[in-house]
Amino acid sequence: MATLQQKAKYYETSSFVIITILSYAIIGFLLFVLGYIFLQGYKALSWDFIVSFPKNEMREGGIFPAIIGTLYLMVGSSLVSVPIGIMTAIYLTEYVENVTVLNFIRLGINNLAGVPSVVFGLFGMSVFVIFLDFGSSIIAGSLTLGILNLPLVIRSTEEALLTVPISYREASLSLGATRWQTIYKIVVPTALPGILTGIMLSLGRAAGETAPIMFTCATFYTPFVPDSLFSEVMALPYHIYVLATAGTHIEATRPIQYGTAIVLIVLVLGLNLAGMIMRYSYRKKLKG
Amino acid sequence: MLKERLKIALNIHTASDRIIQYIFAVVGFISVAFLFLIMIFLFKEGLPVFNSVSVKEFLFGTSWYPTSVPPKFGTLPLIVASLTVTFFAAAFAVPFSMAIAIYLSELAPATLREIVKPIIELIASIPSVIIGFFGMVVVAPFLQDHFDIDTGLNVLNAAIMLAFMAIPTIASISEDALSSVPTSLKEASYALGANRWQTIVHITMPAALSGIWTAIILGISRVLGETMVVLMVAGGATIFPTSLFDPVRPLTANIAAEMAEASYRSDHYFALFAIGIILFLLTLLFNVIANYLSMKYKFKWN
Repeated sequence: MATLQQKAKYYETSSFVIITILSYAIIGFLLFVLGYIFLQGYKALSWDFIVSFPKNEMREGGIFPAIIGTLYLMVGSSLVSVPIGIMTAIYLTEYVENVTVLNFIRLGINNLAGVPSVVFGLFGMSVFVIFLDFGSSIIAGSLTLGILNLPLVIRSTEEALLTVPISYREASLSLGATRWQTIYKIVVPTALPGILTGIMLSLGRAAGETAPIMFTCATFYTPFVPDSLFSEVMALPYHIYVLATAGTHIEATRPIQYGTAIVLIVLVLGLNLAGMIMRYSYRKKLKG
Repeated sequence: MLKERLKIALNIHTASDRIIQYIFAVVGFISVAFLFLIMIFLFKEGLPVFNSVSVKEFLFGTSWYPTSVPPKFGTLPLIVASLTVTFFAAAFAVPFSMAIAIYLSELAPATLREIVKPIIELIASIPSVIIGFFGMVVVAPFLQDHFDIDTGLNVLNAAIMLAFMAIPTIASISEDALSSVPTSLKEASYALGANRWQTIVHITMPAALSGIWTAIILGISRVLGETMVVLMVAGGATIFPTSLFDPVRPLTANIAAEMAEASYRSDHYFALFAIGIILFLLTLLFNVIANYLSMKYKFKWN
């Protein structure tokens, strides 16, 4: 006869085993997803794949214009999200004293973060493409992605600013610096690695989103690299989507789909990894 | 606390400092302004559909044939599809997420935790089009072969891929909630002779419950609004699902699939924006609930 205590011990051990297995199963699935795509797609990769235009109705050639298009959108969207995001975060952490105002803005940002990406697409189309008459263009796509990324930039900047010790601010103010001097000479430089983390995460997000660019800037094929803010662009995620679902040669372009997927994964995960490493070392520095 | 401690020093203001503060205040409200702008444009472009169909017909009509003559704008099959896919995705995601949250907050040694946590976070950053692509080229053929069905693009496939996407959100917020339970509560439990598992089940998890609910609701909200995955793997049929193996077309997928064909300011165009309104309001509701719950549990421990 097992005692009550032995029984409890038995439950404890078996629960812990199950919990550990479930946790690592998800990491296993992640590795499977990434590993499978890499194994299927690495053959499609070459220098030529990166730097040449699509050929023969997309069945051959490279994805150069899609890479360039995605880079344009990353830069364009960060021109919107980074200045507004950082200033909002500074306002929230360093200036607002009224709790109601603080909660109101926070609630707004949280809800903006929850708006589905396809709704951002609808919004971007109705406002930037049609109402402001930018047409399907880099500027419309960048503005849409920039607004989408605002909550991400604000949150990570806020987090970075809050980790700057109060004593730094007090020391600066006690030396006669004004509030603004304290912010831009002490607080922001100290928090810079943390702020850069947020920027990198937002660049990764801008590169990977599909639904917001579908109706605002993305096109299936252009024979040129975009030459103005009002050009349509090809983009990596949209390229994968169209080739995998709507192309006329879905099977024939499979290697190109895998190859494009690898380029996108490397770009997005690379940015995220770099951001995470930066955040990690920043936290360590401030603690130690 | 930060601002109170600084208050005395902050009374020294120069004129330029004051101007700068006003500039920051204006920028600080831009995000909120964008949220309202989104709402205004959705309503402006979506509400005109109710000139040709009633709200009741739109929400409870059982057929969606936007291009037939006369067109039918009944979104019920799309709403049911969204809810079905979301329900099963949550059912798959929650057990895994709880396991990860408990593993990270209670079981994993500190060094392992520093490695596992970022890996889980990394899942959240994988572009949804990649997840959808994987669902199409790997999961769909697998389901088709092993379950003897016509198409592998169906509710089950979408639910699996969406669950994978929701896990990092649910796991990481739940982990925060579990970690913020005061050690004194757990120590009291150990002192009464409870073992670690009993403490987790009877003390830590109940204490963190509102945080865990916040996590689940935010996860559900994310799944409900996810577009590319359901567009690529849910199958796209505007029917009521009767089994896990039926193809369906959730709200988000429908907007993405049809927006390109709908001509500007036609009834079809208005109807797609009206679907956007449904999505916007649903996710807004979930976020307000999550926000309320998270405020509640923060107040509890601070």
